[in-house]
Amino acid sequence: MKHETIAKPVVEIERLSVALPDGADRPYAVDRVSFRIAPGQLLCVVGESGSGKSMSANALMGLLPEGVRVSNGRILLDGTDLLTQSEDALHDIRGRRVAMIFQEPMTALNPLMKVSAQIEEVFEAHGLLTPAERRAKALSLLEEVGLPDPPRAAASFPFQLSGGQRQRVMIAMALALEPQVLIADEPTTALDVTTQAQILRLIARLQRDRNMAVMFITHDFGVVAEIADYVAVMQLGRVVEEGTVEQVLFNPQHDYTRKLIAAIPKMQAGMRAPVTSAPILTVEGLTKTYRQGGGLFSRPREVHAVQDVSFSLAKGETLGIVGESGSGKSSVGRCLVRLQDPDGGRVLLDGQDMATLRGEELRRVRRRMQMIFQDPYGSLNPRERVGRIIASGPIAYGEDPAKAMAEAADLLEMVGLKRDAAHRFPHEFSGGQRQRIGIARALALKPGIIIADEAVSALDVSIQAQVLDLLQSLKRDLGLSLIFITHDLRVAAQICDRVMVMQKGRVVELGSGAEIFDAPRHPYTRSLIDAIPGRAHEARMI
Amino acid sequence: MAKFILARLMKAALILVCIAILNFLLIQAAPGDPAQVMAGEAGETDAVFLQQLRERFGLDQPLYVQLGRYLGTILQFDLGYSYRQQVPVADLIFERLPATLLLSLSAFVISLGLGTLAGVLASARQGRWQDSVISTIALIFYATPLFWLALMAVLLFSVQLGWLPAFGYETVGADHTGLRRMEDIAAHLVLPAMTLGLFFMAVYARMTRASMLEVSRLDFVKTAQAKGLRPALIQRRHVLRNALLPVVTLAGLQAGQLVGGAVLIETVFAWPGIGRLMFDALTQRDYNLLLGVFLVSAAMVLLFNLITDILYRLVDPRIRVTA
Repeated sequence: MKHETIAKPVVEIERLSVALPDGADRPYAVDRVSFRIAPGQLLCVVGESGSGKSMSANALMGLLPEGVRVSNGRILLDGTDLLTQSEDALHDIRGRRVAMIFQEPMTALNPLMKVSAQIEEVFEAHGLLTPAERRAKALSLLEEVGLPDPPRAAASFPFQLSGGQRQRVMIAMALALEPQVLIADEPTTALDVTTQAQILRLIARLQRDRNMAVMFITHDFGVVAEIADYVAVMQLGRVVEEGTVEQVLFNPQHDYTRKLIAAIPKMQAGMRAPVTSAPILTVEGLTKTYRQGGGLFSRPREVHAVQDVSFSLAKGETLGIVGESGSGKSSVGRCLVRLQDPDGGRVLLDGQDMATLRGEELRRVRRRMQMIFQDPYGSLNPRERVGRIIASGPIAYGEDPAKAMAEAADLLEMVGLKRDAAHRFPHEFSGGQRQRIGIARALALKPGIIIADEAVSALDVSIQAQVLDLLQSLKRDLGLSLIFITHDLRVAAQICDRVMVMQKGRVVELGSGAEIFDAPRHPYTRSLIDAIPGRAHEARMI
Repeated sequence: MAKFILARLMKAALILVCIAILNFLLIQAAPGDPAQVMAGEAGETDAVFLQQLRERFGLDQPLYVQLGRYLGTILQFDLGYSYRQQVPVADLIFERLPATLLLSLSAFVISLGLGTLAGVLASARQGRWQDSVISTIALIFYATPLFWLALMAVLLFSVQLGWLPAFGYETVGADHTGLRRMEDIAAHLVLPAMTLGLFFMAVYARMTRASMLEVSRLDFVKTAQAKGLRPALIQRRHVLRNALLPVVTLAGLQAGQLVGGAVLIETVFAWPGIGRLMFDALTQRDYNLLLGVFLVSAAMVLLFNLITDILYRLVDPRIRVTA
């Protein structure tokens, strides 16, 4: 825990209101919000999607989306109200006195410009330094943010760098003119857990060294516990609670804060009785290699996504597959349901090898394993009504359409939605509701096994908790087996009987939840667990 | 890069041979007998004379022998002999090629230049009257048939206003030389080149506009704003460069039609180019000439495809690795 700074604030936001265009779901994205940040202080703004945290940051930057405008309040930077400044004056302030980094480092960098040029541009924008000096400065910045080979990184295009490296480039760019204020909008959300830990340490170090005021936007209380000096919790455009980390995280007063903290999955695997029933699914030596490019005169590039993966799944068991991006966990799932054909190995479903089935036989077996996908927006056909989406599986297998539609309504009820949801389109539902529809769709074919691929990753923590509860109870009531693919070890710890850890296409460790989380044997598993933000403070959070 | 180009050239050569075979078989499959046409024009329908013609041009040989002979000659860069015009095919084609290239390259430059410019303007003024005017004009050009537009242009600018010559490559009998001749050709070029370019100009304008608007919503544009860059620089350096990627693809497609795509316009404006040559060869059953034109057109398509691919790799660094 860091001490509270008492220096004069550099940023003061006073009763800021940001109005949404007519027809939005509420009149104000940000509603009479006030906070201040002193030099050297890190303010975490926490909240779920739609809470107005990013809008506040954009307002501070003077970069609100079209149609959205500040309707009231003041934004003071060193005592000057930014809202009264001309657009020209704001150009001078942006990048120079207030800098910003974003969530998605891939899309936040121009894909066609070399890294060095993108950093040099910051000096150019403000008419500083000669071209040679800019180049030298870019290089030293890349070194400061800890890129392994700065000259090479400088000469690279963004796509040639990893996600973590790209975020370091973004940070180097933001730091170029030594701004007083850094706004970080979910800067680690798109990163793997070990990379996230590194970036958090980097931001904390730079903030300390340069005595910057940092506004850090996040939805993750673990991250808050790790780096914040001061916390503001936002809900529906309002700050509902603020205070030091000590006050907000360990002694929350507002119901919403309490609810959010309670919804964080705890890293305790708990003692579960091992599932001893016979295996319903056995996977032996599963292998998948992706080949890219290649043609008449060139050799394709090969990526060994899945290498010799073996495991079994008992009836009624939940098996977690965890790992970072590129570990091959999703490829395993896709090979199991034959969305992709494995290159080798066997997938025995009740003794029948799924990996080699074709045509009608594959079709018959396939319905017994169903998948729930990560993106609740992309995985439902936007032009079909929900009832039809759910019923189309059974209808394809010869079910009477009227009966299938009636069952779809039953399923919607079972996943906690209203029956008449069947007549509506996917866009009329929230992310959590859509994921419930996705679950109903998977259940429609009465499968024995459900494969959930990052099924709760895109959801806010409170919604995530609800969907996890739903999955648990459905599993119990319907006697399902579950394969739960996730990058989030907290989620895995909470719901999995056994956990399989994957790295670079291979299984590095497989054991009960208690074994993996309380006594990990493989160094990679240990590094994953150590990297989870806020773990040290977990016991003190309610 | 050299390796890439070499591999693509080898592929192109292979494709060209396939195209040559296909062309040959296609023409064989078409009804009509060139010997009969020639004999008819010579006023002789006598069977002996026909047989003589066939023997002379090898038309009595089995198909595979004819094909083999054809491939053999083109592999020696010989396009054969036009029996109708009594001139080597290559001579006919290369005589006409400059006129066609002048016409279609002018149209290409006009459409690409003005089209993207109009697109950029429209996107910068999105939702305002300038945008509506540009988009409407583009839609009209996009929807209007080329030959009709050509005829209307002749009626207005040549017949009514008398500003520009109505047809031809240069003023017949004027015998201009040097600069005067260039001016004369340029005056003749304006109408066909503009008409030919209008369709693609409309397509470029619409595509550039849509692409600019799409790119300006991307995250890195916000990053550029957060750096404090001025809007004009953001538009030019960040938005336009990214927005031009689909335009390059389209330009490659248009460039492929440089040789073969002007048949209609060349006919309407009596422009002495490849298009007219092809049209005449078709009506006269001049097989060798037709094959020659087809082959040169195909070679041009392949060449411009290759140039597009190289350009694309230069513009978009991501292609260099994944391709």
